[in-house]
Amino acid sequence: MSGRSTRAVLVLEDGRIFRGEAYGALGTGLGEAVFTTGMTGYQETLTDPSYHRQIVVQTAPQIGNTGWNDEDDESAGIQVAGYVVRDPSRSASNWRSTGSLADALREQGIVSVSGIDTRALVRHLRERGAMRAGVFSGDDLAADDVLVQRVLDSPRMEGSDLFGAVTTREPYVVPAVGATRFRVAALDVGIKSNTPRMLAQRGVETHVLPASSTIEQVEGFDGFFLSNGPGDPATADGPVALTRQVLERRIPLFGICFGNQILGRALGRGTYKLPYGHRGINIPVIEHATGRVAITSQNHGFAVEGEAGEEFDTPFGAARITHTCPNDGCVEGLALVDAPAFSVQYHPEAAAGPHDAADLFDRFVDLMAATAEGRSTEGSR
Amino acid sequence: MPRRDDIRHVLVIGSGPIVIGQACEFDYSGTQACRVLRDEGIRVSLVNSNPATIMTDPEFADATYVEPITPEFVEKVIEAERDAGFPVTAILATLGGQTALNTAIALHDNGALARHGIELIGADVESIQRGEDRLKFKEIVLGVGGEVPRSAVCHSMEEVRAAVGELGLPVVIRPSFTMGGLGSGMAHTEADLERLAGGGLAASPVTEVLIEESVLGWKEFELELMRDRHDNVVVICSIENIDPMGVHTGDSITVAPAMTLTDREYQHMRDVGIAVLRAVGVDTGGCNIQFAVHPETGRLVVIEMNPRVSRSSALASKATGFPIAKIAARLAVGYTLDEIRNDITGETLAAFEPTLDYVAVKIPRFAFEKFPGADPELTTTMKSVGEAMALGRSFPEALGKALRSMEATAAGFWTTPDPVGDPQIRVPVDGRIYEVERALRSGATVAEVAAETGIDPWFLDQILALTELRTEILDAPVLESVLLRRAKRAGISDRQIAALRPELAGEDGVRTLRHRLGVRPVYKTVDTCAAEFRALTPYHYSAYETDPGAESEIAAQPDRPKVLILGSGPNRIGQGIEFDYSCVHAVMALREAGFETVMVNCNPETVSTDYDTADRLYFEPLTFEDVLEVVHAEQESGTVVGVIVQLGGQTPLGLAARLTAAGVPVVGTSAAAIDLAEDRGAFGEVLRRAGLPAPSFGMATTFDSAREIAARIGYPVLVRPSYVLGGRGMEIVYDDETLAGYIARATTISDERPVLVDRFLDDAVEIDVDALCDGVEVFVGGVMEHIEEAGIHSGDSSCTLPPVTLGRSVIEAVRRSTEAIAHGIGVRGLLNVQYALHGETLYVLEANPRASRTVPFVSKATAVPLAKAAARIMLGATIAELRGEGLLPAEGDGGELPPDAPVAVKEAVLPFNRFRTADGRGVDPLLGPEMKSTGEVMGIDASFGPAFAKSQAAAYGSLPATGRVFVSVADRDKRAMVFPIRRLADLGFEILATDGTADVLRRNGLTTTVVRKHSAGGETIVDLILDGQVDMIINTPYGNSGPRVDGYEIRAAAVSRGVPCITTVQGAAAAVQGIEAEAAGRIGVRSLQETHAQLQKART
Repeated sequence: MSGRSTRAVLVLEDGRIFRGEAYGALGTGLGEAVFTTGMTGYQETLTDPSYHRQIVVQTAPQIGNTGWNDEDDESAGIQVAGYVVRDPSRSASNWRSTGSLADALREQGIVSVSGIDTRALVRHLRERGAMRAGVFSGDDLAADDVLVQRVLDSPRMEGSDLFGAVTTREPYVVPAVGATRFRVAALDVGIKSNTPRMLAQRGVETHVLPASSTIEQVEGFDGFFLSNGPGDPATADGPVALTRQVLERRIPLFGICFGNQILGRALGRGTYKLPYGHRGINIPVIEHATGRVAITSQNHGFAVEGEAGEEFDTPFGAARITHTCPNDGCVEGLALVDAPAFSVQYHPEAAAGPHDAADLFDRFVDLMAATAEGRSTEGSR
Repeated sequence: MPRRDDIRHVLVIGSGPIVIGQACEFDYSGTQACRVLRDEGIRVSLVNSNPATIMTDPEFADATYVEPITPEFVEKVIEAERDAGFPVTAILATLGGQTALNTAIALHDNGALARHGIELIGADVESIQRGEDRLKFKEIVLGVGGEVPRSAVCHSMEEVRAAVGELGLPVVIRPSFTMGGLGSGMAHTEADLERLAGGGLAASPVTEVLIEESVLGWKEFELELMRDRHDNVVVICSIENIDPMGVHTGDSITVAPAMTLTDREYQHMRDVGIAVLRAVGVDTGGCNIQFAVHPETGRLVVIEMNPRVSRSSALASKATGFPIAKIAARLAVGYTLDEIRNDITGETLAAFEPTLDYVAVKIPRFAFEKFPGADPELTTTMKSVGEAMALGRSFPEALGKALRSMEATAAGFWTTPDPVGDPQIRVPVDGRIYEVERALRSGATVAEVAAETGIDPWFLDQILALTELRTEILDAPVLESVLLRRAKRAGISDRQIAALRPELAGEDGVRTLRHRLGVRPVYKTVDTCAAEFRALTPYHYSAYETDPGAESEIAAQPDRPKVLILGSGPNRIGQGIEFDYSCVHAVMALREAGFETVMVNCNPETVSTDYDTADRLYFEPLTFEDVLEVVHAEQESGTVVGVIVQLGGQTPLGLAARLTAAGVPVVGTSAAAIDLAEDRGAFGEVLRRAGLPAPSFGMATTFDSAREIAARIGYPVLVRPSYVLGGRGMEIVYDDETLAGYIARATTISDERPVLVDRFLDDAVEIDVDALCDGVEVFVGGVMEHIEEAGIHSGDSSCTLPPVTLGRSVIEAVRRSTEAIAHGIGVRGLLNVQYALHGETLYVLEANPRASRTVPFVSKATAVPLAKAAARIMLGATIAELRGEGLLPAEGDGGELPPDAPVAVKEAVLPFNRFRTADGRGVDPLLGPEMKSTGEVMGIDASFGPAFAKSQAAAYGSLPATGRVFVSVADRDKRAMVFPIRRLADLGFEILATDGTADVLRRNGLTTTVVRKHSAGGETIVDLILDGQVDMIINTPYGNSGPRVDGYEIRAAAVSRGVPCITTVQGAAAAVQGIEAEAAGRIGVRSLQETHAQLQKART
């Protein structure tokens, strides 16, 4: 509220420009402008690899109140291409806080803008759809038309292959808490830290593998996990092919978010870009088998084609649309009817967001248990 | 799951009179419930004794019973409905506060529900008990893996002492099954413990208190949750209390959403809340769960749960736009959350969690000035009488707007001179936030203030930033647009800036500058979804943005002429729900007449701030600046033909002159005419010209001049400061000595602010009139005769309509006088006049050219919608036209009701049991010229006796049918008391009296049992009352010049035990009539619809 401020601008590809003050690092950030409506969890959001090459607009008006801590990162660092808030907090107040959000943004080079009418911006994105954008400050400020051109010169989200940029280079293992019941191969196309953590709590040892992994590296595990991740699923030919091989071998499979889109494509479904996506922690999902509603954490700009409750044939047997979002009918979950594979478009690992869907991890564990039992029964015959 | 088809007839139980802890939020929720259920084609019956509610308007239910909310009367309603052929199938009690819930439980316990085959919907008895029984609740929390403060449930003082031996002091004491935290408190010492635990055991209907580990100073949060019968649960809103644990949430400044939780901590809270809700088993509907979080360790404990819609639910509804009560009613009849559309977006479902892109701040409104001697420290017993909420795009903006919504002396930081001395921040009291700001401004660090107050450093830093901005504003050579815009964005008002920059020539100068620089607010929309979806609901708030691309969201409204209705702001004593009622009626009437209606108000508890009451709602402070900006925004988007200021009480009325001067089309009685009524001299001239007598008076600025006036007009005199509302600081003085004391205490006395000295008309009958005037004709709405003599504030006295002792000639005189005053002032709309009939003379006491507190009472008693008619008159309709339309009766008026018209009695409800002196004793529950009541009830029946009995049952629980009556009266009342006491003796009551009163009664042939005065020592009357051995008390005070110890102790004991305590002779006579009616079994129930049909038939 006090002190001198430096100008910063958010430039949208359609030419609309919002003028505010620089926050975080100075420079340029280019990406797709998207908004998230979560009122808590900015640290988790900023470190979620699914936000890679996106400029995130926070609808919650005051951000940074609880500072930054050593425990809540969902990956190695901040992933967003730029950050847009209305009111950054001057101070951090929380017993776990070890620093401020502003410092974290600055240290990690995240160009951010504050002081803009974020609600006007969200209304614009809602009406016109998510679009390319740039945040500019400091020496990178230039005439409006120059900045708009820089945005227009940046790549579109459609057709962008981004998971390669966020996947782990080397495999690593997250051990189970207590006795290891199962070993899972997790294909990292942008995995969040909380996913292996939640598996670990259920006695699962998770081997996080690079996105380029082959079936040989996956065989022998009790289960296969497809993570969330950024970009257009239509570019994920490698993971899709791998998933088909996993399905042929009937290895129990669970996918989240980008993983849901990969499974959908592996089952022969198309994917498409939503106008402005689902990003928030308050989004209802109906499970058609029970009629129950879960409030879920979501972060996706693409979706799988399909209708609520629809059944369709695939090379791996019948499949079903198991979950949809009642707000817009968007597909939120898929499953094979007679094979051990299912996925959801939302985030049962939450972080940020509600824990309503955490039982999906139990379901995955049960699936592995049932499959293991089936195999041992077969073996004893 | 679709709606259940086995629910055909729902009885909705309301919450009764407005009391501290249970205010008009339950009118809001009940009104929504009635609407929803009727939309579903379900028959709705309603019981509520509060006539000032919208829900008791006959059009909101099929059968509306304005009857006491007691198990006996509710069962009478059930029987009446059954006999009419409409057996009640279900009772919905979760939307009527603790009163409704307790009544429902009592109906279960006494077997009435089983007898009549009625189901409790929303929450069943078992889940209500699991939620409210502290021991069961604690087990549930522990069972789902949550934590609770360590505690012990006690049923006696021995158990209490043993528990404290374990836990150590301080401890919190919480009685079971009381509302608004009544009787609870923090015991720091053994003495505190004895007093609080003893009182708590007495206050609890099950003689149970919880003794709890202190979580004093921890951070306090609340969640509002909803569950459907398919076990879907959503969190509607999180609320963070700025004042930490130790201050009742109703008395805390609160913020939504929670501002200082990380996602991890918030989700933990959400998980625990949902698990608790499921385990308690509230089937359908809303609930509220309170949490405490240790500021350094993050340890989270569950404090309590309300298994029903609560005050916080109303706040959460207004803060988020999610209509909790409406949805709760739908869920109660079987729908699930995913089957209900979100009205606001029209496309998404109720099964989601609202997200906010703004901040809501609520600030409580107190009335300590009304209760001298009451301890102002805020504790776990709620003491506030109302609240205001404000929305802004940041915490400072919302805080600033909320502070100026309070309509207190200070209208935000820096608007009043700093008090002398060091800032006092340690003890939580009303207005501590001002001291916190002063401490930070004076150099205290955030850490120091946090340590002293327990307020989270984040909030303190936000306030510190305001003090830094203040310095910038003070130091800037010129107030240029960038700084001005930043100040406005931080919620700083023109008035605050004017206080900092005197050279700008006041608030008007700041506004002129601001407008010249183009600094105006934008209006945003409350849409539950942070703009993710398009909103259909025009619910707006103002905000200032620094972004040049900022957008306002007011849609153009070119079609219909627009009328703005200014509401009444936070409830306070003297200005409550009655005014909201009138505003809502204006909206309904004007909408129907083809106007586009726009509501401006800042009270989250009200029906007027429901987003579908008016065509458009602005949730804004009712200050000149904020209203003017709303008017501007509305003028930009269409044609404003009128702004109504006379229905919201004194708050909007006070803006009339400035709005008029600013060119705003204020309709109805003009600002100049309002002045005629409010200015003592000008009004005297109006009366003189009309030949109407008023009590002699004078104005004094010194004791000597006051004594001269008193000598001239004769004692007793009524003294009061000039320019006050609600009888503030008014006293009746009987001699020079007390007059001297009064003048000595009147610190603000000066040449500009003299003290008014009026002749006080002892033994006069007070008469209240509500009337309409269109400039030509006067329509008398009703003539009310006060039961107490003049000298008791009209808001505190009971009254009867039609009058029961006034002759035709008096009524005629009242009518003529009212007409003369209405024309003399130039009223267009409503007028309220107070008269005192002294001997044969009708004196005019005062006239208020606005809606009065009694408008809803009169409307319900006479079946004439006065506020609706007034709104139409203000927009140009004549009384003759309204008679033609049928809005007013074709002939006659409320001054001449049909001979068989029912008698309606209004009784006031007083909050004395809420307040304690600093040393822990009760405050004196004495009535006088200063208003103290928080609410009112109506008893309506064919004759006065039963109507009065109902009013007492509704206000205080039933009058006794047998037992012991204690009588102690002032000398001047002794003669008048003989007859009613004899009647009580005849009815079989044992009469107890102090020796003086006993002597008089004995000489009149009445046998009494003499009891000791309190001052006499030994077992006294106070002990007997406290021991529960007295069933009714008749105790009239000796003058009004300070507490007489005996009377004070007796009345305080009566209040603490809940024994009916009558303090006037007239009240005693009325009570006797009520007891007779009860004894004769003449009290039945009847719906307002039947009563109104009868009245309307009699008129044609």
